[in-house]
Amino acid sequence: MGGRIGTPKTVAGRVTLAAVSTGFALLFLYPFAWLLAASFKPRGEVFDNRLIPQTFVPENYAEVWNQLPLLSWMFNSVAIALLAATAVSISSSIVAFGFAYFSFPGRKLLFGLVLETMMLPGAVTMIPVYLIWKETGLLGTWVPLWGANLFGSAFYIFLQRQFFLGLPRELFEAARIDGASYWGLFWRIAMPLSVPSFVIVFLFEFQASWNNLQAALIYLNAGTVDEFTAPLGIAYAMTKYSPTAGGQGDYQYVMVASLIVTLPMLILFAFGQRYFIEGVATQGRKG
Amino acid sequence: MGFLVFTVGAMIYSLYISFSSYNLATNSARPIGFDNYARLFEDPRVAVSLANTLFYAVMAVPLEIAFALVLALLLSRMGRGAGIFRTLYYLPKMTPAVATAAVFFLLLNGNSGAINEGLAAIGIQGPQWLVDPDWVKPSIVIMALWTVSGTMVIFLAALKNVPVELYEVASLDGAGPVRKFFSITLPMISGAMFFNVIVLSIAAFQVFDQAYLLFWRDQSNSSPEASLFYAIYLFQQAFRQFNFGFAAAMAWLLFVIIMIVTVIQVKFGNRFVYYEGDR
Repeated sequence: MGGRIGTPKTVAGRVTLAAVSTGFALLFLYPFAWLLAASFKPRGEVFDNRLIPQTFVPENYAEVWNQLPLLSWMFNSVAIALLAATAVSISSSIVAFGFAYFSFPGRKLLFGLVLETMMLPGAVTMIPVYLIWKETGLLGTWVPLWGANLFGSAFYIFLQRQFFLGLPRELFEAARIDGASYWGLFWRIAMPLSVPSFVIVFLFEFQASWNNLQAALIYLNAGTVDEFTAPLGIAYAMTKYSPTAGGQGDYQYVMVASLIVTLPMLILFAFGQRYFIEGVATQGRKG
Repeated sequence: MGFLVFTVGAMIYSLYISFSSYNLATNSARPIGFDNYARLFEDPRVAVSLANTLFYAVMAVPLEIAFALVLALLLSRMGRGAGIFRTLYYLPKMTPAVATAAVFFLLLNGNSGAINEGLAAIGIQGPQWLVDPDWVKPSIVIMALWTVSGTMVIFLAALKNVPVELYEVASLDGAGPVRKFFSITLPMISGAMFFNVIVLSIAAFQVFDQAYLLFWRDQSNSSPEASLFYAIYLFQQAFRQFNFGFAAAMAWLLFVIIMIVTVIQVKFGNRFVYYEGDR
């Protein structure tokens, strides 16, 4: 049984609580407000820290598409994120179902190993994975940015397994008696019932892929600018306009691009907030 | 299980590479024994980047824990309205690291950035955040704190599971808020605390995105050495210099360090973590 500590009993306590929480909220929101304002400013005023632009330049939003191949970046990122999220959520579910439904010798040990790999720094497998993609001749394509997801991912396997374990076993046994195959159990019973955790996995991976700078640096940096993903594109834009690298300091375009790249995540959050929060809270419960 | 075959296979391959000199043109690895590992101790930049990373972790993790806990405590005491604040606090976590870096790149500008202007308003002369070697790591910490809401959500979930009766009994016994926090709240959420410390530490050892975007984007030599984190140097060795063998050895050293730190934390944590019943 759980309970809440409860709201403050005195008026002064409530006012303090409201004031402090609002203060923090303003701190968290300030960079967004600053970003939004800066995206509407002319070059000379980007640094003036006004939250309402002195000179209002909505043309930045039209010009940015000429300045940077933002549309290609967004398209590449969306496509890769969809592939990555679809691949990992299906493959992790299959592995998780294996761990949840079947008992086989060494299952505990194997599952322990899967969890252990969560501690493994990405750096350890980064080089061999690169060499594998090089061997297969797929360097320069999108495949290295999502292909490994076909093998599942430790945290997602854990998440889905927890969910499958919560399903009543009688459901599966009844279906077995009715002659369903193991695939049938997985696709017809386990998957439809685990939609919530499936959505969590999908959204998490979509976000992770959307943010993935390092993989894009490894696999796409050698290509043309059009082939970049959104994070790699922003990094490129930061350098392009940087005065130390010969740019003119047109940071308003970086701001517009950053905002546009952030927007899909905010939309995702608007619709999937409870999945994100639930997913993070679940992470904490495995400890 | 394909997953394990893939990961374990890659690990073994990585170990093999770390003991060899890899020639990218011919795709061949020539075994050279422990040479790469010996180089770890000879290359001064390995030591520098490791020290930078440790320093960063020691500064970032406690601050992140404290800040996230304060936020979670605030939210847990709010009745209605907690949902809205949770959403607002969570927004930075949804912002791609590149966008965070791009905005803070300008906010942290030493001369005209908003943060220094804010500090000046209360009479503090702000530092040259992104230039002064002493302030490079605090800059990254600020960004980490801005996106701390994942940790906050985990604390919040734990706080909600603290039985309210405990506080009532404590009140009857005359315990004040401070006493209640240390005697009830902290022990009851120690599991979440333990988890957060481990996860944040592992993440701090691998800090890459922000530092890369702010300091190592272009190959200019002006970047302060104070911003050379381990993951950055590893990445440079692997994919700029293509010293695959050396980079793989660096990766294994990182893995060993993370394992050691985690084992110490687990040993230490087990003495303090309170596990409720058969959870």
